[in-house]
Amino acid sequence: MRRLRRPKRHQELWLGLLGVLLAFGICEAVGRAGVVRRSYLPPASEVVARAVQLAGDGAFMDGVGATVKAWALGLGLSVAIAVPLGLLLGSVPLVDSAVRVIVEFLRPLPSVALIPLVSLLLGTGIRTEVALITYACVWPVLFNTIYGLGETDPLAKDTLRAFGFGRLSVLLRVELPGTAPFIAAGIRISASVALILAVATELLSGFGQGLGIFIAQAGLATDGTRDVLAGVVWAGALGLVINGVLVWGERRLFPWTPERQTERQAGRGWVRAGAPGAGAAEADAVRSGAGSEPGSDASGPEAPGTGSGSGVVR
Amino acid sequence: MTLRLDSLGQRYGEQVVLHDIDLTVPDGQLLCVVGPSGCGKSTLLRTVAGLQPAYEGSVSIDGTPVTGVPDQLAVVFQDYGRSLFPWLTVRDNVALPLRRRGLPRAERREQAERILERVGLEGAGRRHPWQLSGGMQQRVAIARALVCRPSLLLMDEPFGSLDAQTREDLEDLLLEVHRSDGATIVFVTHDIDESVYVGDRVVVLSPGPASHPVLDLPVTLPTKRDQITTRGLPEFVALRAQVGRAVRGPVASD
Ligand SMILES: Nc1ncnc2c1ncn2[C@@H]1O[C@H](COP(=O)(O)OP(=O)(O)OP(=O)(O)O)[C@@H](O)[C@H]1O
Ligand SMILES: [Mg+2]
Repeated sequence: MRRLRRPKRHQELWLGLLGVLLAFGICEAVGRAGVVRRSYLPPASEVVARAVQLAGDGAFMDGVGATVKAWALGLGLSVAIAVPLGLLLGSVPLVDSAVRVIVEFLRPLPSVALIPLVSLLLGTGIRTEVALITYACVWPVLFNTIYGLGETDPLAKDTLRAFGFGRLSVLLRVELPGTAPFIAAGIRISASVALILAVATELLSGFGQGLGIFIAQAGLATDGTRDVLAGVVWAGALGLVINGVLVWGERRLFPWTPERQTERQAGRGWVRAGAPGAGAAEADAVRSGAGSEPGSDASGPEAPGTGSGSGVVR
Repeated sequence: MTLRLDSLGQRYGEQVVLHDIDLTVPDGQLLCVVGPSGCGKSTLLRTVAGLQPAYEGSVSIDGTPVTGVPDQLAVVFQDYGRSLFPWLTVRDNVALPLRRRGLPRAERREQAERILERVGLEGAGRRHPWQLSGGMQQRVAIARALVCRPSLLLMDEPFGSLDAQTREDLEDLLLEVHRSDGATIVFVTHDIDESVYVGDRVVVLSPGPASHPVLDLPVTLPTKRDQITTRGLPEFVALRAQVGRAVRGPVASD
């Protein structure tokens, strides 16, 4: 599919850096040229300086901590639900047919549109946030798990059977490790979705603690644009770091996947996408992840750079 | 273990692969199965292994019909690369069948290392299958099948990717293991010389579809075999010619 020649890794780095510098330069120029009022769109350097300054702000960092905590709880919970469920659905066709309808009904429900409803039920605290994140993150992990199970090499299963191992052993010793790279790719996608949801929920509820709260409150203040943008920079940076760590982890944990093998043969230790031939799975999971976010049409662009953009497009 | 096939037939959908195969492999015999590509040798092994139910007829072991995977079975699959687990080290791949024996971990590893040494892979235990060459992977699969000292061993072209020297070494290793452990072995190969050298008996299958045995030949060579002298025996040459003619079929025989 994407057999287009990609630039070499170091070229990629330089190109990426160039892009960032260019964007930065444009923002800076627009901000300084006075095309728009300075308080509407402060120059990029001011925003970044503010973002750096915020790192020393205890209250702000507590907010970031709260957001990250909700992110981690929600993501962890969704994995704890989606992986066993995916294994069950993927290996017992009967259960699959029974649950499929429910899944197909729930999946298109936009999680962001559920924010008001869930807030009514659970209040505006971390419980709502975690519940929504969990809901949104279950899908990519669930579908990648099912897809990965389907991709398990039948010969690998036969091998284990031939040595006298039973159904459960095949599941735990072959299907689970074989599916792990797909699950990891699903988790990476969900990690971005989770961050979107965390910030969006906070933005909409507007109470308590968190990065989204900080952005929402800055938006109400006069001349708050700089703080809003600084908060957005933080959200973007968080997304970037999370994605980077997960991609790195996948490389370390799953060196045998076809993608890693081709890289090695091509003499490249480090390319972007992290999944094992999971092109299809990932695309599918993304579609479902994104599909559960159509209500986020409004919020998607609003929580920019959460890394979802970068996590999704490839 | 005595292996017995009774008018065994096998098919994929409408395509008949094996038809009316009657074969008894006495306990401790090393049977070589030769036949043209696509005739159904792998299908035969899969059926004996209980991985695929028989379509017609039956497979039985020591008089009991095979319904699932028999006990004390080991298989070397033709597609050895795909049958190794990439997330396990070579040593853990080889030690895997021993888990069924409830041996402690240290003991399993030690046995794995010992058998790896015998297939010429000492020092490769900590690597991963995808870091090895095709021939090395094939030897890992062989080591894994031998480590649990099976009573029934099915090998599907196990030496296909090996260079001549390694291949001969492993043929001799197989004979040695066979002599000491006395397993019943079904050994599929393309190589006519190899079938005569290794086997107690050679069965030639006809080209598919509906493949069946066209030659069932006891190998009347001394049990103690040697790569140079055995292959030079007039009897070896005669047996080889006989198998060769059967593989070519009646038309091309001269
Ligand atoms: N899973 C399958 N589905 C449908 N047909 C199959 C399947 N596996 C094998 N066949 C068909 O069955 C026939 C026998 O295949 P098999 O793999 O047993 O041959 P073989 O004797 O082992 O060949 P080779 O020497 O090339 O390994 C072939 O014609 C093949 O097309
Ligand atoms: Mg075959």
